[in-house]
Amino acid sequence: MTNLTNRSYTYYFLLPAGIIYFVFFLLPTIMSFFFSMTWWTLTDWKFIGLENFITFLTEPSLNIGFKNTIIYAVVTCLLKVILGLFLGVFLSQKLKTIGFVRSMVFFPTLLSTVAVGMAFAMMMHPTQGLINTALKIVGIAGPDWLGDISIALLSVALVDVWKGVGMATVIFIAGIMSIPEDYYEALAIDGGNSFHKFWNIIVPLSRPAMNSVIILAFIGGLRSFDLVWAMTKGGPGFSTDLIASIIYKQYQGGFYGLSTAGNVILFIVVSALAFPLYAFLNRKEVDL
Amino acid sequence: MSETQIAVKAEAPFRTKHTRKRKTVRKLFSEILAIILSLIIFGVPFYFVIVNASKDTKESSLLNMDLPSSFQLIENIQAVMAAQNGMIVRAFFNSMMITGFSIAILILVGAMAGYVLQRRTSKMSPFFNFLILAGLIIPPAIVPTIWVLDGIGLFKTMPGIILVEVALNLPFTILLYKGFMATLPKELDEAALIDGCGRMRLFFSIILPLLKPVSATVIVLTAVGVYNDFVNPLYFFPGAENATLQLTLYNFSSMYNTQWNLLFTNILLISIPPLILFIFFNKKIVAGMTAGAVK
Repeated sequence: MTNLTNRSYTYYFLLPAGIIYFVFFLLPTIMSFFFSMTWWTLTDWKFIGLENFITFLTEPSLNIGFKNTIIYAVVTCLLKVILGLFLGVFLSQKLKTIGFVRSMVFFPTLLSTVAVGMAFAMMMHPTQGLINTALKIVGIAGPDWLGDISIALLSVALVDVWKGVGMATVIFIAGIMSIPEDYYEALAIDGGNSFHKFWNIIVPLSRPAMNSVIILAFIGGLRSFDLVWAMTKGGPGFSTDLIASIIYKQYQGGFYGLSTAGNVILFIVVSALAFPLYAFLNRKEVDL
Repeated sequence: MSETQIAVKAEAPFRTKHTRKRKTVRKLFSEILAIILSLIIFGVPFYFVIVNASKDTKESSLLNMDLPSSFQLIENIQAVMAAQNGMIVRAFFNSMMITGFSIAILILVGAMAGYVLQRRTSKMSPFFNFLILAGLIIPPAIVPTIWVLDGIGLFKTMPGIILVEVALNLPFTILLYKGFMATLPKELDEAALIDGCGRMRLFFSIILPLLKPVSATVIVLTAVGVYNDFVNPLYFFPGAENATLQLTLYNFSSMYNTQWNLLFTNILLISIPPLILFIFFNKKIVAGMTAGAVK
């Protein structure tokens, strides 16, 4: 019977999905390894070995992308985890206005990245911008958020967190809501306070949610492109250039081989960091 | 019962009365704090965009939060609509077509794949699971994709961008369908097959209708994702005729360098579709996103 039913689910059903996935995702990914080692004009190519990779790793305007990408991914990921956890704890309470506040926090997730980037670029205007005007009232001279080389990347990262923290928060809320009441009752009997509740119950038991947030935010951060492009286009100088924006710049310049080498490097960076992270987090996961 | 426990019990009524009062105060306080904070951090940007979209060019160039002296929103919308021979209208049409077709194909193709992958387990299963995971993690290779699209004559065409969107959204969609299929009992299929139902009919007239809840999730998530997508149209759907809403906004930003009110109007207009989706499908969106994330 099992055999009969197993055969009733024909693998032909996978064909449409398989073909689309293969032609438009897998094939380009596989071909990228070859084309990254060529001088390439789409119609014509010449094999040049590892030259593109060497350029990518030695040219300062290109290899700054590594540092920036890692900083960006780590900063956005950390902030999303920390803020998402606190917001999640706060918004798991039974307050009257909770629906409203949750919606407020979550809604930016659904907005267009380009629209958010542009609106914030305006608000971060050094002299007229909303943020610095507000800071002036309090008596603080606000920095040039997007024009100062040393903080431009962090400014973009903050906007990314603003847009993405809602997603982290709802994942944490789902995790916190699934913690059985018994734990809190046990804690109340033992006389624990709200810090104990947070540190000894919520943090360890929302681990699966935290792992999801870490993985999603970190991979998202490594692959990030549109927000940076909408806000700074990689500038000032190359201070906010990520690997993904360098790929676009090289593509625009017609250096297809170099652009594809950037793609392969991004592929390697993401795989080298994301798969081990995934394995590590899943190993230490606590079962409820 | 030990002595301390008795002591606690005796004290209990007194303590709860006090703590309850303290709790209500604290609750009220944190409630007010929550509203104020969320209004500042998440509400102010919205207010800022709306207010500046309602101003004339001169007032909006100040970039402040003051109310407009004359309410210009309707005029601004008309100006944005008319810009570049109604570019935004064509962009709206393109965005809707791309989103609509991507959803339709994803549901059909994704449901078929998720159905078979959940029902049939074989030596191939780990391989398929690996492909799904890879699709979720690996960044797509840009120029080689253009090369493939160009080779089959789909570069800069609507079908081309639709198929790329489908390919990139497939892993997550299949994951959602696979997860939901596990909740449908296998006996259902057996009964249908014994009654002489064919394999095609089993899927299309029995399984697919039962998958409606996930299909709704896929519709909402894909609608948001593809509609808001900037990167893929930028690479695979370039050209003046081929604008999507996100590309138009991006191009307008250089054009409206001096007319910030129109740029804000554009930002506002582009945010209306997600807002409508959010109002009607709030729970569905949150549930779908967390369901996918927790897996």
